[in-house]
Amino acid sequence: MRVAYWPGCVSRGFTPELHGSMAKVAPLLDIELIELDRANCCGAGVIAEHNQELADTLNARTFALAQQTDGELMMNICSTCQGAQSECQERLDANTEYREQVNANLKDQGLRYEKGLTNKNFLWLLVEDIGLDELRARVKRPLTDLKVGPFYGCYIVRPVNRLGIDEEHPRDRYLHRVIEALGGTVINYAGVYKCCGFPIITMNKEASLTQAGRHLGDAIDAEADCLVVPCPLCHLNLDLQQPMAARTVGRELGLPVLHLPQLVGLALGLSPQELGMAKHVVKPTSVIDWTTSVVAAA
Amino acid sequence: MPQFTLKIRRYDPQSGEAPYWEEHTVEMEPKQSVLDALLLVKDEEDGSIGIRCSCQQAICGSCGVRMNGKPGLACNTHLDEAAARGHGIGWNPPDEGQAAPVITVEPMGNMPVIRDLIVDMDAVHWKKIQRVTPWLINKEPVPEREYIVPHENMVDVTQTMACIQCGACVSDCLSMEVDPLFVGPAASAKAYRFVGDPRDAQPLERLNDLAQDPHGIYDCTHCFNCIDACPKGVDPMSQIMRLRRKAADDYEIEDRNNGSRHEHAFVKNIRRNGLLHEPDLLADSFGGKFNPRAIPELLSGLPTMAAAVARRKVSPTLPLVHPHKAPPGVRDIYETVEGRKERIELNLYVTGYEDAPEDEGGDDKQTAGAGGEQGQPEAEGAAGREPAGEASAPETETGDSGGSTAESEENA
Repeated sequence: MRVAYWPGCVSRGFTPELHGSMAKVAPLLDIELIELDRANCCGAGVIAEHNQELADTLNARTFALAQQTDGELMMNICSTCQGAQSECQERLDANTEYREQVNANLKDQGLRYEKGLTNKNFLWLLVEDIGLDELRARVKRPLTDLKVGPFYGCYIVRPVNRLGIDEEHPRDRYLHRVIEALGGTVINYAGVYKCCGFPIITMNKEASLTQAGRHLGDAIDAEADCLVVPCPLCHLNLDLQQPMAARTVGRELGLPVLHLPQLVGLALGLSPQELGMAKHVVKPTSVIDWTTSVVAAA
Repeated sequence: MPQFTLKIRRYDPQSGEAPYWEEHTVEMEPKQSVLDALLLVKDEEDGSIGIRCSCQQAICGSCGVRMNGKPGLACNTHLDEAAARGHGIGWNPPDEGQAAPVITVEPMGNMPVIRDLIVDMDAVHWKKIQRVTPWLINKEPVPEREYIVPHENMVDVTQTMACIQCGACVSDCLSMEVDPLFVGPAASAKAYRFVGDPRDAQPLERLNDLAQDPHGIYDCTHCFNCIDACPKGVDPMSQIMRLRRKAADDYEIEDRNNGSRHEHAFVKNIRRNGLLHEPDLLADSFGGKFNPRAIPELLSGLPTMAAAVARRKVSPTLPLVHPHKAPPGVRDIYETVEGRKERIELNLYVTGYEDAPEDEGGDDKQTAGAGGEQGQPEAEGAAGREPAGEASAPETETGDSGGSTAESEENA
């Protein structure tokens, strides 16, 4: 399938391995990515905090660019983008007058957002459009013996109604299901749906890193080999900041954190190098042996 | 009649015994409430179960508990709804073949347990409410007759006035979980109720207080838990964002938590680059690369940055180069929107959803919203947001036991 692809900022900034691994995984799932290279930052909720209309117009611009492509839908690889964009889209879709007001801001650039865009995180697309049976059929290296803790990140699971989570779309279980479809074992621990703390890292470092440190510690206590995240901002606090988080909570951590496309890519037979896993601060050698490619060797 | 098993957390701190779980199975209609079931068990099986309740109509805010991991009022949560709700967030239907759906009932979080399902609201919730001066400070001179408040101002604070002080949002606030001093969602919403009221004499002082407090409005992580927790659609997190907007932009308060600096740095960053340039954001959030305030912060972040460079996550020259430049369209948007005299905001609580079916009345919980698979409102409709208008009239539901003044009238 062809999708208008919005990678977000952080996947091309501080977590380039995410953007790279998505590019490697997409063809293995027959996803054709039409990258929205003129689109802009979603504002991560911070621009909306400053000025709602500004955030809504910036995102309407991205939506309009997506609608100009022939992609079946728009796909993102960042929970924060999903959440911030869904919030703006909720307002744009709910009120014609407001939508027209925002569209007037885009008129000079020849852009217009039409109500009803479908914007899905890779996780949702994987389960709803590709399907778990299809995914299972494509697995070349089942993640047998790998114990994976899902870490969803706030923006992709709350608010439940805005994100369309209901009995027919149990999107708050999708990471669990993907881990199982790839042959891995799901580890449930206290932090599955909690906040990584990243949004307040510059405002209250201690509270921020205590959140990250606790969730990592809880996952280790539940005997997870690694975490998997659909959000690069969570990855920043859980992986890049992990040494600082360990110091903050006063315990050793050392738990690898994988981006969702990396976990999928491993099961589809890609090597850790191809998936950019050398770029992680906590090197995922306990997840996969780099010389023998045996999963969960440690 | 279907069966439901209540798995109740029992605990008496004075007994010296550890908490334990106790199961009771009831036969009840699925649309009866969790509170109905608790009271039946209390009546017929074990009178010693501690639960606080009063009105049984989602007005008094007494019966806040966690049901299958999610906070809410026991009196307006149907048994089938509670049973269908998995631990954690959402929908996790009972396993096939399971005789009776199990509903765990626990006391709310972030507050000490007095007994069983009763928590100490005074120790946490009410203390925080008191901390935000929860009453109107009149402008002087007080008018002789009614103080006429413009309609739009009153509508603006309507959402916060719907709060019934049940503490469900406090229960599951993830920031408070690691920082018990955080002022929290309920008190912040209460603060906005007065900051947004044109009759109040001290909005600047209120905002300054909450912005400068190291555990004030900038401690919120945007986790959305309070939005899903609230049985009244108060949306405390959005009230915190409105407080920040007023503090940083209307009153230009430069707080010592880097909150306003971070916001302004982010906004400027996207204007310039279109995409986020992280090194600039980090430096500017502390006042800029060459600001003395930034130096200790940036130095403490050096090991992290060194690790990122060592792993080739980022190039060491990234702080100096700007690989992206904002497309002209982005700058045009900034100029148009930032050039307005007044900000345009849409509050869906007030306006409602165009496509939403008629509110069937009665059920005032958040039942749906837009953002379904096609971005369309779900079939259940947006009744739950209590869109303003005839059906909602939150004034009648204020029931604020916190002793606030003049909550319900437009004129006071």
